[in-house]
Amino acid sequence: MDFSYSEEQQMLQESVQKFVMQKYDFYTRGDIIKSEAGYSAENWTMFAELGWLTVPFTEEDGGFGGKAVDLMVMMEEFGKGMLVEPYLSCAIMGGTLIADLGNEEQKGALIPRIMEGAMITAVAYAEQGSRFNPNNVKTSAVVSGDEVVLNGAKTAVLGAPNAQTIIVSARESGAATDSDGISLFLVDAKAAGVSIKAYTTIDGRKAGEVTLADVRVPATARLGAAGGAAAVLSAVIDRATLAVAAEAVGAMDSLLTKTVEYSKTRKQFGTAIGTFQALQHRMADMFIQCQLARSIVVRAAMILDSDEDAVGKARAVSSAKSRVGKAIRKVGQEAVQIHGGIGVTDELDVGHLFKRVTALDLMFGNAEYHLQRFASL
Amino acid sequence: MNADFTAEELAFQAEVREFLANEFPAELKEKVDKRIRLSKDEIVGWQKILYKKGWMAPNWPKEYGGTGWTPTQKYIFSTEMGLVGAPEPTPFGVTMVAPVIMAYGTEEQKQRFLPDILESNVWWCQGYSEPNAGSDLASLKTMAVRDGDDYIVNGNKTWNTYGQYADWIFCLVRTDNSVKKQEGISFLLIDMKSPGITLKPIVLLDGHAEVNEVFFDDVRVPAANLIGEENKGWTYAKVLLTHERTNIAGVPRGKRRLASLKRIAAETDDGFGGTMADNADFKAQLAEVEIELQALEYAELRTLAALSVGKAPGPESSILKIVGTELAQKMDEMTVELAGYNCLPFVPEQFEEGFDGEQMGPGSSAAAALSYFNNRKLSIFGGSNEVQRNIISKAVLGL
Repeated sequence: MDFSYSEEQQMLQESVQKFVMQKYDFYTRGDIIKSEAGYSAENWTMFAELGWLTVPFTEEDGGFGGKAVDLMVMMEEFGKGMLVEPYLSCAIMGGTLIADLGNEEQKGALIPRIMEGAMITAVAYAEQGSRFNPNNVKTSAVVSGDEVVLNGAKTAVLGAPNAQTIIVSARESGAATDSDGISLFLVDAKAAGVSIKAYTTIDGRKAGEVTLADVRVPATARLGAAGGAAAVLSAVIDRATLAVAAEAVGAMDSLLTKTVEYSKTRKQFGTAIGTFQALQHRMADMFIQCQLARSIVVRAAMILDSDEDAVGKARAVSSAKSRVGKAIRKVGQEAVQIHGGIGVTDELDVGHLFKRVTALDLMFGNAEYHLQRFASL
Repeated sequence: MNADFTAEELAFQAEVREFLANEFPAELKEKVDKRIRLSKDEIVGWQKILYKKGWMAPNWPKEYGGTGWTPTQKYIFSTEMGLVGAPEPTPFGVTMVAPVIMAYGTEEQKQRFLPDILESNVWWCQGYSEPNAGSDLASLKTMAVRDGDDYIVNGNKTWNTYGQYADWIFCLVRTDNSVKKQEGISFLLIDMKSPGITLKPIVLLDGHAEVNEVFFDDVRVPAANLIGEENKGWTYAKVLLTHERTNIAGVPRGKRRLASLKRIAAETDDGFGGTMADNADFKAQLAEVEIELQALEYAELRTLAALSVGKAPGPESSILKIVGTELAQKMDEMTVELAGYNCLPFVPEQFEEGFDGEQMGPGSSAAAALSYFNNRKLSIFGGSNEVQRNIISKAVLGL
């Protein structure tokens, strides 16, 4: 039993910490969000140079190792800095889907470019009405000669406005919620028939609603076997779920630290508000929530890296996401409450951390969804 | 980073499992499962089996007859014990007073008291709390006044668990009234047969008197029974309280209870033709408890991993106490919920040793409310959960 980080993991952690400290203060982040792209291309290049974009990939694919624990270490620090760059959507989701489903040709063409920072991908899997169920796919894929014709609408596509390649889930056969019949296609974001309605999310990222109207892609754009993508898609979403849970652990850590610090300096009734037991116990409860969240995320990461079967891994992820979601609401709301009025303003980072964790709670399914999923698996 | 046991640890785990399968008496296991209270003889008998195996004192060093186990071995041992429902040794002697005697007692005191604790020849009880000194323990008033080679002790202690079985009591007593309250306290060992000691049972909400009030009326105690230095008792006790807080998460017992809740839910009619196992709200509660146990288990493993590399149990262990006890209480609540009307009969004697009347209610459903009532103590004793939150806010958050 060993819960310490390896030397490589420590270096990874320190490199993100250093970046956040030197290049990603709250105001710089605000400027990045307001910029047209909504992320910093300069930062993205730096992510490539620092090797961060290789972390989700195995050594065989030329990556850092592809371990869930590595992702956890890294995402926790991302959470503290509230990064808005499309790391989750491009490197973790898009990258892992290509690595796990793609043929040699597809992998060779895309993975090195993703790791170099030269290719941004996004994954369009959710639809209006699908809620958090990735197997609920109404977007259709119809084979037409050497091509496939895609029609449908995708929602909440994280990173879509900046992606060159969008990986789209579409149904080739079966009923709307069947797991069989779902395929994934590599779609050029500029292809005829693709339209993207871009927006900024509540936590400062770029996302979009993607519509596909008679979009024609070559049959070679399909990742994996026809109609057989559901299991891998689900596993990749689970991995991304672990990543956002770890990100939330980092963000909650910041929320707690900032709240405790603030309570030591903010004076009312002639004394620091942190001397009030009514507030002390609530901060102690925030600490407990943070520790339990961290513990269950560590558990899930270790299980994802073990030889546990698919159901066991899915259960571990759902239990972690459900528990983290519960912690998010408690820690986020209490942090704002203890800050008082300043906590609900746009000018302080605490409110933005609150918005980030709120978005992380719903990403890939909120606490209630994952509780149900855990109970049903 | 990994949560795997080493080959040696796995071999040890197998040995513990084999031992429990062969040596944990079937009739005791049956009583534990039926929630029947074990008698003093049964508890002592089981502890003597542990002693024979050399496993009575997991937390003692080898030189005193302990196991000398690593933190991981202790964890494995208590996990396996909890999973089969084997009672841990009563803590007052082996876990609570013995470490203090080892750390601060004289050679003579060690030889006089430790072997009998190890062999379960002497039953100890705790004399800390007083009617007006609960969470604020340091305000205790029981006085010990030096008189020649003796102390004369006057006052009263309360919440004295199993005092009715005890041969000896370890007490915190006031030996100096003129200084800061923490600095006038001494640690004294007292023979329960001493003239002037009387015991008054306190009946709890479950109808059983597992605790007592202990009165000291001019009780003569040899000064040779003082541990360490006079007026240093508070320091010694604090060390002990940290020990009390570790191992309190109760994850294995929790897992066992969760399995039993699931089993009972599947056997309990919901009144609409199905069972409580199909009840959406109850299913969600079961899932939440299972998830909380997983989080707690890893919080404990993370603490354990820190211990294994030589770090002291920090104030973080307060988390284990708070979350572990709240979770146990949650499961009591769910047991009551399942029992429905069947938890109404108040027949505490049917869970006592030797009851031969007619059993009320199916299975142990009539124990549900009794356990729910009794276990409200969990968030109160060992430093109430509010005191644990004070510890976190002061020692961890620096407030």
